[in-house]
Amino acid sequence: MSRVRVLVGTHKGAFILTSDGKRQSWEVSGPHFAGWEIYHMKGSPADPNRIYASQTSGWFGQIIQRSSDGGKTWETPGGGLQTAPGGMPSGESNKFLYDTSTDTGKPLTTHQWYDGTQHPWEFKRVWHLEPSLTDPDTVYAGVEDAAMFRSTDGGTSWHELAGLRGHGTGPKWQPGAGGMGLHTIVLDSGNPNRMFVAISAAGCFRTDDGGKTWKPINRGLKSNYIPDPNAEVGHCVHRIAMHKSRPDVLYMQKHWDVMRTDDAGDSWREVSGNLPTDFGFVIDVHAHEPETIYVVPIKSDSEHFPIGGKLSVFRSRTGGNEWEELTKGLPQSNCYVNVLRDAMAIDSLDSCGVYFGTTGGQVYCSPDSGDTWTPIVRDLPAVLSVEVQTLA
Amino acid sequence: MIRVELPAHLRTLAQLQGDVQLDVAGPVTLRSVLDALEDRYPVLRGTIRDHVTLQRRPFLRYFVCAEDWSHESPDAPLPPEISSGKEPFMVVGAIAGG
Repeated sequence: MSRVRVLVGTHKGAFILTSDGKRQSWEVSGPHFAGWEIYHMKGSPADPNRIYASQTSGWFGQIIQRSSDGGKTWETPGGGLQTAPGGMPSGESNKFLYDTSTDTGKPLTTHQWYDGTQHPWEFKRVWHLEPSLTDPDTVYAGVEDAAMFRSTDGGTSWHELAGLRGHGTGPKWQPGAGGMGLHTIVLDSGNPNRMFVAISAAGCFRTDDGGKTWKPINRGLKSNYIPDPNAEVGHCVHRIAMHKSRPDVLYMQKHWDVMRTDDAGDSWREVSGNLPTDFGFVIDVHAHEPETIYVVPIKSDSEHFPIGGKLSVFRSRTGGNEWEELTKGLPQSNCYVNVLRDAMAIDSLDSCGVYFGTTGGQVYCSPDSGDTWTPIVRDLPAVLSVEVQTLA
Repeated sequence: MIRVELPAHLRTLAQLQGDVQLDVAGPVTLRSVLDALEDRYPVLRGTIRDHVTLQRRPFLRYFVCAEDWSHESPDAPLPPEISSGKEPFMVVGAIAGG
């Protein structure tokens, strides 16, 4: 019988939740890396036992952790105890150096700061880890200050895909309130040379040559909080999602507005429709129905909680515009949590499961595509990310 | 033998219990002690000092014989109490956050 493994990153450690395909009874392990912020964990589609985790701290910086046994044990690739010369390699796994080589294009040293001046690019943390669809040792990292790195040796060493920062608009990117993070990486299963990323607050970008060159794909986005609402970059994209069967269709939860593109980002249109508010962070797509999408509306950019203290997921079965409210099993009073951008995931069992975590420490599961919800856990630290693996 | 006392999170990361004991070749300075520590425990690279600039991370301090050495030259000789192992060289995390 199939099983699921839910990987939960929180403000104070990582937790792994496992269940059989019924998704009614759960085992909880953790906290792993107790006391550290776990921005994201994700398993390799090519080898589900390979899991990568971004462990970070304001005090001690960035650590990359790797498991090769489904999260039972962890190691810092390249950073083990140096027992003898020629033994373990040095601790490169924590080293994210921006590319300053003139050989790789146009290395940048500054971006726009809050006050409009230029500010040095400074590495702060890894927001998102996206393992390759085909190679367990290849993994991409989206970092703050916004850039994309790739490791091809299981997280031991990291190299920037410098064409993203260097394509020309980089000096115009600026941080949002949460920092200037590259938080979303979407890989195209049908075209290994095509990838999409999203950056707050710059927008979406696409490569069609495996990461060498990039271009902004923000036409159709409108953001009233920037001087030119239709600018090429400067949009605060919160999350994008794709169904693997239709790689040209992307859905977006923006700072305000839920958007859709049918041409791989060349043009976007709004599909907020009848949502009670089109502010929010997460968006995801049903595993088997590419026109079925989910969002969690949040009241506003100044009030990061559900409207009226009622936690609801909204589902559209029409690819946007027409939304239904899903509340069964979710708190309908006095709920003032947030659901952060990386904190929703979808499994691929026949009856598709939907998961999301809250800043109040709850992780909810719906084993029936959103019709009903049950908390798996209620009292974790604030949840930063949720991913799910569907295991044979 | 130099004794180095680390914050709890770094001890966990390096799979350490208690103080680190290090042999440091040549002059005993902030730089040579931290170099030796990172050579022995490569996972600590980047967690105390920046990978490239080797600047101390902002929320960490270096304490030496009850004095704050965070702003001393990295090449200043540490006192005999440190080089003899009588007193530990302390890496201390700032009290902040929740």
